[in-house]
Amino acid sequence: MLSSLGSVGGKSAKPSFVSYVTPEEIKSEKEPSRKEKHPDLLPGEVVFCSASTVLKYTQDDLSQRGVFGALLCTNFRVSFVSDEAPTEEMVRTLFKNKLYGENDIPLSCVDNIYGDKRKLITGGLVKNKYPSKIIIHCKDLRVFQFSLSFSKEEDAKKIFQGIVHHCLEPKSLRCLFAFSYCENTSYPGSYSYCREHLRKKQTVMFDSVEDWTQDMKRTKGNCRVVSENSNFELSPKLPQYFIVPTNVSDEDLTKYQGKGLPMWCWSHHSGCALFKTASIPLVQEDNVCCRMLTAVAHNHLYSVKTEDLSDTLPTVQDILLSYNKFKQFFLIDNTTEFWMSDMKWFSSLDNCGWLDIIRQCLQKAVEVVESLEKENTNVLIMEEGGSDLCCVVSSLVQLMLDPYYRTLLGFQSLVQKEWVAGGHAFLDRSNHLHLKDKVESQSPVFLLFLECVWQLQQQHGPAFQFSETYLTVLSDSVHVPVFTTFLFNNDSHRDSLLRAESPHTQRSPLNCPTVWDWSVQFDCKAQDLFTNPLYTEKPKQDTSVRKSYRPRHLRQLSLPSSAFKTPPKKGFFKDEADNLKKILGVKRLSRWMLSPSSDSPQTSSSVREFYEAWQTKPLDYHGLLLPCLDGPSIRVWMQRYLRWIHDVQILGGGPVAMLSKVSEILGEVQELQRQLDRHGCTLTSNHKGARPRAKTAAAVIAARSSVRLSSSFPFVTSRNWSFKPAIPTSLLQSLMVTGIPGNLADREDDGGPESLV
Amino acid sequence: MENTGSIDSLGSKRSSSRQPSVDSLSSTSTSRSDRSAHAAKPTFAMSSDNVSISTDFSPELRGRPKAVAKVLRDSKEEPQLLPKESVQDMAKDVTYICPYIGALRGTLTVTNYRLFFKCMDREPAFVLDLPLGVVSRVEKIGGASSRGEVSYGLVCKDIRNLRFAHKQMEDSLRKSIFEILMKFAFPVSNGLTIFAFEYGQVYPENVWKVYDAQAEYKRQGLPNESWRITKVNDHYELCDTYPSTLVVPVNIPDEELKRVAAFRAKGRIPVLSWIHPESQATVIRCSQPMVGVNGKRSKDDEKYLQTIMDANAQSHKLFIFDARPSVNAAANKMKGGGYESEDAYQNAELVFLDIHNIHVMRESLRKLKEVVYPNIEESHWFSNLESTHWLEHIKLILAGALRIADKVESGKTSVVVHCSDGWDRTAQLTSLAMVMLDGHYRTIRGFQVLLEKEWLSFGHRFQLRIGHGDKNHTDADRSPVFLQFIDCVWQMTRQFPAAFEFNEYFLITILDHLYSCLFGTFMCNSEQQRVKEELPKKTVSLWAYINSQPEEFTNPLYVNYSNHVLFPVVSMRHLELWVGYYIRWNPRMRPQEPVHQRYKELLAKRAELQKRVEELQREVTNRSASSSSERAGSPTRSITPVQTFV
Repeated sequence: MLSSLGSVGGKSAKPSFVSYVTPEEIKSEKEPSRKEKHPDLLPGEVVFCSASTVLKYTQDDLSQRGVFGALLCTNFRVSFVSDEAPTEEMVRTLFKNKLYGENDIPLSCVDNIYGDKRKLITGGLVKNKYPSKIIIHCKDLRVFQFSLSFSKEEDAKKIFQGIVHHCLEPKSLRCLFAFSYCENTSYPGSYSYCREHLRKKQTVMFDSVEDWTQDMKRTKGNCRVVSENSNFELSPKLPQYFIVPTNVSDEDLTKYQGKGLPMWCWSHHSGCALFKTASIPLVQEDNVCCRMLTAVAHNHLYSVKTEDLSDTLPTVQDILLSYNKFKQFFLIDNTTEFWMSDMKWFSSLDNCGWLDIIRQCLQKAVEVVESLEKENTNVLIMEEGGSDLCCVVSSLVQLMLDPYYRTLLGFQSLVQKEWVAGGHAFLDRSNHLHLKDKVESQSPVFLLFLECVWQLQQQHGPAFQFSETYLTVLSDSVHVPVFTTFLFNNDSHRDSLLRAESPHTQRSPLNCPTVWDWSVQFDCKAQDLFTNPLYTEKPKQDTSVRKSYRPRHLRQLSLPSSAFKTPPKKGFFKDEADNLKKILGVKRLSRWMLSPSSDSPQTSSSVREFYEAWQTKPLDYHGLLLPCLDGPSIRVWMQRYLRWIHDVQILGGGPVAMLSKVSEILGEVQELQRQLDRHGCTLTSNHKGARPRAKTAAAVIAARSSVRLSSSFPFVTSRNWSFKPAIPTSLLQSLMVTGIPGNLADREDDGGPESLV
Repeated sequence: MENTGSIDSLGSKRSSSRQPSVDSLSSTSTSRSDRSAHAAKPTFAMSSDNVSISTDFSPELRGRPKAVAKVLRDSKEEPQLLPKESVQDMAKDVTYICPYIGALRGTLTVTNYRLFFKCMDREPAFVLDLPLGVVSRVEKIGGASSRGEVSYGLVCKDIRNLRFAHKQMEDSLRKSIFEILMKFAFPVSNGLTIFAFEYGQVYPENVWKVYDAQAEYKRQGLPNESWRITKVNDHYELCDTYPSTLVVPVNIPDEELKRVAAFRAKGRIPVLSWIHPESQATVIRCSQPMVGVNGKRSKDDEKYLQTIMDANAQSHKLFIFDARPSVNAAANKMKGGGYESEDAYQNAELVFLDIHNIHVMRESLRKLKEVVYPNIEESHWFSNLESTHWLEHIKLILAGALRIADKVESGKTSVVVHCSDGWDRTAQLTSLAMVMLDGHYRTIRGFQVLLEKEWLSFGHRFQLRIGHGDKNHTDADRSPVFLQFIDCVWQMTRQFPAAFEFNEYFLITILDHLYSCLFGTFMCNSEQQRVKEELPKKTVSLWAYINSQPEEFTNPLYVNYSNHVLFPVVSMRHLELWVGYYIRWNPRMRPQEPVHQRYKELLAKRAELQKRVEELQREVTNRSASSSSERAGSPTRSITPVQTFV
């Protein structure tokens, strides 16, 4: 009955990865007759163990109904292969991920595993025992429930222990699937037909001096590109290349392993810029701190504001705690409980604090934007490691100020710049390896950033070229251990491992895909859903025009100073002699240093004022964007969190009903445009630029009548759902109307005063 | 003042006549993106820092070039008056204490319809323009202050409070403008006529005819072999709160109807509201049975419900939905009412929907107003919202309607819906279920029919629930029942953004005119009273105004799936507070409709391109006489015709 073999295609003979699995596990029993029950294994994927006649409960009810099939554990995923032949429609699911299907759970996507009576399983198990039922909660919020009681005891034990071992116990980075996958794919050749497109418009990787230089030029920054760290000689914690203010001396570069170095993030058109830094070590006898601040101040008009994010934003642990509470609302394995929790939904939301953390991050970013935009002050944000909340805030600031980052490629470049090159410890924060000593460092910081982006996007839809679906997919991809993007802690870490693992020793490092090569996961049609049909392209697109064009453009948007008290320093410094400037500059700095948070009591109201002033200006989707932070404006990312919960699918509704209509007409506009082009119309020249991509997105969505789509589109198709509404099960105990004077609840509707009470 | 005297039971207060005055309220649902695009909307809506409290979509501006109207307005301190509107008083140097901008000094004008405040110190001028009908009460706050100013607070029905201050009158004989205001804000209490009876605007369409009961039943395929239209209530003798046209089972003669009426509260017998075109399952509405403490039974009533069940061959069951919590239903027995016992009604299953009464709802709205107006507390927003229970009530109403629609659609079973009297919760449930079941009611015209039918003709007591022109703001009969219904519809439009022909602005406009007293539509408590008051003759219908400019109210994304049943998700996860209505006065929370905006842009673009393609094709065809190329062939493929206004 069971199945699985370690070997697939001739490759298996010698698995090239290191694993903790014992050889006999791999050998296992062969039974070729059942071979077809394998999922299609990926290159380099090997089955560790499997069990047949496992029952997978259908997620949407407790009726003990389900599907029988085989459960396998490979070096990439836990996979359930149904005994039932896939239905026609299942086969051509639109939004199919090429790496894993709807019944596959990549190992690093497993969040928690529960046994009988919902007992959390932590690994380190007693031999010979296994629960009859396991529940797997995934990081992408899917929930799987399997019953092992119909399988052979031997198999059940093995699969259970295999899953627990591979999903929960510590392993070495080399065991991650990426390495065996990449060794077994001639990756660069596997670019599909999307490649052409990719090459033309590349995501900027920020792994070369040129990338940094170009980005600085683009924003008209005037700082110094540092390439001294290209072999990580300055510090393994610093990026290979980075930018510092021109005034930073060579001597300071090498001090303290780069701690305290102000790293350039982005320059405002006025000349001031945003920098971030890891907090300076306590030893300060040579006053680096002051020197660094002076260096930052020198960048523009001798003014600088500093903000220590560790003081004002939640810690990474707070973020984790809050998110752990929050995600529980969506990991539903029981419909009754779901409806019970529905009654307290709003207060639960408040209590977990997740939305409040999102608001705080956005608010901090708005404060920084205000300094740059309104006061034209240089800003230096800092935090202990300089690569968590600094990344969140700096990327948000750039999204709000710079329309380039709201394009798909711009956004990807931003993530490369601030997060990947910026040294966000993806590996430690996700703890893919389940190392005991890293448990503390786990935290969904990157997800927090995506959440903030989603908030901006839902408030200002037409400003973003990428869609909500794109963000959701990106948040899922963090847990697919194939992409170099999310596997490492920093540049040097990545570099050393990829080199070490390379088959061609001493030559080029191992070539792994980055997450930005979306063709690894999705075909072109599915990728069309990444673009936002509401996006309004900039009237002019030509990048060469951009330089002269942009500052003017931005200036129009920036707030006229008459709307505010003009910042005194601006006019003041203008007329001063150089010397005086310097003296005052330093004074100013020290004042900021002494009381970094002196302005915090007022910030909230000042941010409010800033927002209101911005709000009264005409909205330009290619200019400054600010989020509204009032209670009702910060919302739950429905698509990401509710997509798998059957009871809250809106059949025939949801945003897709609207977007498909827009896509449809966008398609028609494009078709007409093409016709015009075909006619060689000269008039078109006036209109070039207005040709967004998303060609087929319209067709894709429109092809299926939107009646059949649901709010979970494109993640869940509605195939086997009965068209029956979900009726709340706990209506009865619902309303505890308390504290109503005069017992209103007992009164008659229409009885005038006499029948009161 | 005669006009109205009769309106009803509310006549209880002084002899009255009502005549509110009011007008354009500002319902601006304009969106940010609209600012550029059609900021032209009648007024200085969103324009810049004028917090746009007012915008009117003023009917009076129709047909006039908008720009001109604007200029006119800007330069004057007085409002443009509607036909028959007259200025009653005007006071300079009045301070409006705006919760968002602060104190503003300007001129206050009171007419027999509106309150108009204009502050010229700002650029652009700040205008506050609201119909007096929205004023629920006026109170003098404190005595004269040290600066010799008296302060007045206006509590409004549309979730805002306004505060004014002005100098103490030196001439103590002269009445304060606020006394004048009070007189005209509460015409019913002051023996005046409600402004709707004076307003003389003529609209192209006489839309009092928008609802014709016979035509609507005909649309549903009635009468048929099982159902007939009876004239028994032609003169409102069977039931004075029911319409004259009723649909009842064929087998029940009028005589029996009268006996059934005796057993139903207020004579509101079970009658058909809607019939499923295929399964013939029906939605029936009525009031509670007069069971009483002793468990009285009525053979006639039992037979009647049996006949209703039999009229639907598809099912051998009948569901009776009692909208109330079971406790309250039981408590009604003490007063002679109650609910159907399953013993007496064979094959019927009784379900309680746990929707609370009008007093609970009123209290909930009061709390909601506290939470959202004028400012939202930054922290604990969701907990505060939860504590109002408003969305829980919305959820229960929607859930009830969903269960009804599900039984009819999926179960092919007929349902009977009632609460106590069958004019509040029952109207909410049947009309929502009908919106779910029948795409016709999701069109602009169809929705008007639905309101006319389920709410107006079946006697939802608008006069009493809203208290038009009546100063008795503590009246226990007031309740936001209709507001809840509109809120539920809005929740559905959120979940199904392409399924409704109308937009959010349409719903807001209906609510604004629910209070404005400009149109006759929501006057009186029943069809009988409306006939008696000759409303169609003496007042203008709201639908006349709306249907004269349908493009304002059309959802550009509408896709007509008329046969498609909508089952909304009634989880709190998908319900949200209607910011565009409840928080619209807060300038920070301006609603947005970027999708609509973008869609309109695309439509415009398509129209433009289409035109150019056609021109080119013509040109090419002309030339192709000589050049034999075939490319001219490519016809504009079947692109749907441009049906729009941009």
